[in-house]
Amino acid sequence: MNELVEITLRSLFVSGSATLLAALFGLPLGLWLGARARPQRLAASLLYAGMGLPPVVVGLFFYFLLSRSGPLGSLGLLYTVPGMILAESVLAFPLIAGFAMAGVAAKAEPVRRLVRSLGGSELQVHLTLLAESRRVVVAALAAGFGAVISEVGAVTLVGGDIRHATRVLTTAVVIETRKGELERAAALGAVLLGVTLLITAILVVFGEREAR
Amino acid sequence: MIAAEGLEKRFPGFTLRVPALKAAPGEILAVLGPSGSGKSTLLMLLSGLLSPDGGTITREGPAVYLDQHPYLLERSVLENAAFGLRLKGVPRARAREVALFWLSRVGLKALAPRPARGLSGGERVRLALARALATEPKTLLLDEPTANLDPANVARVEALIREEKARGRAIVLVTHNLFQAKRLADRALFLLGGEVVEEGPAPSFFDSPEDPRTRAFLSGEMVW
Amino acid sequence: MRRLLFSLMLSLGLALAASPLRLATTTSVHDSGLLDAILPGFTAETGIPVQVIAVGTGQALAIAGRGDADAVLVHAPALEAVFLQEGKGVLHACLAKNRFLIVGPPEDPAGVRWETNVLNALRKIYLKGALFVSRGDRSGTHKKELELWQAAGLDPQGKRWYLESGSGMGATLTLASEKDAYTLTDLGTFLFLREKVRLVALFDRDDPRMLNQYSYMVVNPERFPWVHFEGAKKLRAYLLRPEVQEKIGAYLKDRFGQSLFEPLFGRCVIPVP
Ligand SMILES: Nc1ncnc2c1ncn2[C@@H]1O[C@H](COP(=O)(O)OP(=O)(O)OP(=O)(O)O)[C@@H](O)[C@H]1O
Ligand SMILES: [Mg+2]
Repeated sequence: MNELVEITLRSLFVSGSATLLAALFGLPLGLWLGARARPQRLAASLLYAGMGLPPVVVGLFFYFLLSRSGPLGSLGLLYTVPGMILAESVLAFPLIAGFAMAGVAAKAEPVRRLVRSLGGSELQVHLTLLAESRRVVVAALAAGFGAVISEVGAVTLVGGDIRHATRVLTTAVVIETRKGELERAAALGAVLLGVTLLITAILVVFGEREAR
Repeated sequence: MIAAEGLEKRFPGFTLRVPALKAAPGEILAVLGPSGSGKSTLLMLLSGLLSPDGGTITREGPAVYLDQHPYLLERSVLENAAFGLRLKGVPRARAREVALFWLSRVGLKALAPRPARGLSGGERVRLALARALATEPKTLLLDEPTANLDPANVARVEALIREEKARGRAIVLVTHNLFQAKRLADRALFLLGGEVVEEGPAPSFFDSPEDPRTRAFLSGEMVW
Repeated sequence: MRRLLFSLMLSLGLALAASPLRLATTTSVHDSGLLDAILPGFTAETGIPVQVIAVGTGQALAIAGRGDADAVLVHAPALEAVFLQEGKGVLHACLAKNRFLIVGPPEDPAGVRWETNVLNALRKIYLKGALFVSRGDRSGTHKKELELWQAAGLDPQGKRWYLESGSGMGATLTLASEKDAYTLTDLGTFLFLREKVRLVALFDRDDPRMLNQYSYMVVNPERFPWVHFEGAKKLRAYLLRPEVQEKIGAYLKDRFGQSLFEPLFGRCVIPVP
């Protein structure tokens, strides 16, 4: 099989899994924080700071964590796809939770007012808020996915860029650049951009559909 | 019927105090006052959206609050109009039927299938009004329902308010439109900086206000 | 598609399946494609897949020094000696050599091409203040460059004409080409990029200081009991086998008219104590 296809699919698999893993925890947290009546300043500061986590630093952290000489070394996750997914999900988590929180917080007050003023219960407030958060969720997922698929620092350190095992689009771009094969690097970059655009577009179309 | 006594609400730098207020069934109470005088705060207290720091509120039957800046759901116009009924557990088909009736009453029937997000300012207010009226509340708390409307739609909404009044609703109407207040109100209340300056039956309120500040406000020479 | 799913599952199941051999290597060896030419033979023979992690020599030794690789292929004799002394590595073997060159713009503003001694060549660049790009990344090549400056009794750090790229050899050559600057490069990377850059070999002589020696070491299993010691030992034996050494020497010789890697058959030309 074509190596480019292999690398592209691996990129999608790693970033997709990491996004889902991060969303599993990040979306409920973000929605919950956003729906709280009082602004959650501490949580917000932490999440917004987390959005700026340098991927290389996260990669280094996971390198030490997963290294055979490190605390989780016996799991043998360093230089494997699951290890990369873990590191990437940590990068995606604050983005997903933060975007979800900000998006929901902006709607929480008006939605609460609407539902309560029409005689709805607090439970109905939350259900409505959830239903009204489709775009927010999409934006959060797109932000998380876009960040991890285009990131190179963490995947390099944790994945090791091993051919046929952990090489993804961004690390492939780095190698071709290093080799001076700038045209190939640019072509890979175009594939990366196209894939990201495609996935994001699918997400957005999905989120734009009017409910029923 | 809706009534309040000794109502008080404190915000940092702003306090609303309303000693007494009442709108009986079939009665319209107009709330007047400059921007920032506490009109919306008062309506939210009456609706229960805000809890007062002091005083009591008596509500007979459900009260619905029409937001000054109504939130429209990311759904169709029809679904928005049916939303209040859906919250009460009315089956979808029935809720849509009723919603469609109210949409036609505010002149939005043709827009029923459209996404609500694309509506104009005036259309948004009318949709929110239809959504509120569809739940058949005993008390209506309307926060500037005609602020963004053209004359024809102002007339249409005013006719609706009159009709609701005739059906025995108690109505509190916040408006900046003095002529509208004169046309519709049975009683009027003038708020200034969170304090009730004057409250009374509409004829005497508009024709012979007691407080000089009310007089100044009514003649458009309010200074504050 | 099926193969990809398979390979994804394989990589997922790595923690459970028999772990492959991990070789940490310098980027110059990896990027030349040499390993892709010789490792499949090893895998076919022994059934041991080899995963290559291409990083700078410094990083290769660092990760191997924590037991995160089973063997290393590097080119920095001084650092290798330290690695062995610290008990992190065993079974050192010299595999191949080539040479470093000084390349630069064809105009050669500092007149490097007339020098027979590399230290004098560097002195000319220094005195002229001609632009020079350093890797600046603690790679084997960077290490070599620093040794040369020191041997010449010069300190270019902080000079306006001394640029540090902080990136790989290919990127550094591209940068030097754009800037009409000199740089120190290994032979292999330069041969690959010769057509793409406006740089020519200006100092390319048999100077012992310009020797580039590639060595293989096995990570010490007494220190890191989890390493794939048997596999690493087998790969060492395989790489030192005469016919494999010949194959290393012949790699791309037709294309470039000279060996990218001259086999050493285990005999070091730079001693590693
Ligand atoms: N949640 C709040 N926290 C603090 N201050 C508030 C809050 N809500 C309202 N206020 C303040 O209370 C005052 C009255 O606000 P309110 O919205 O009731 O005015 P209004 O009479 O409805 O004005 P407008 O005609 O512009 O709608 C304003 O000074 C406002 O800033
Ligand atoms: Mg208001």
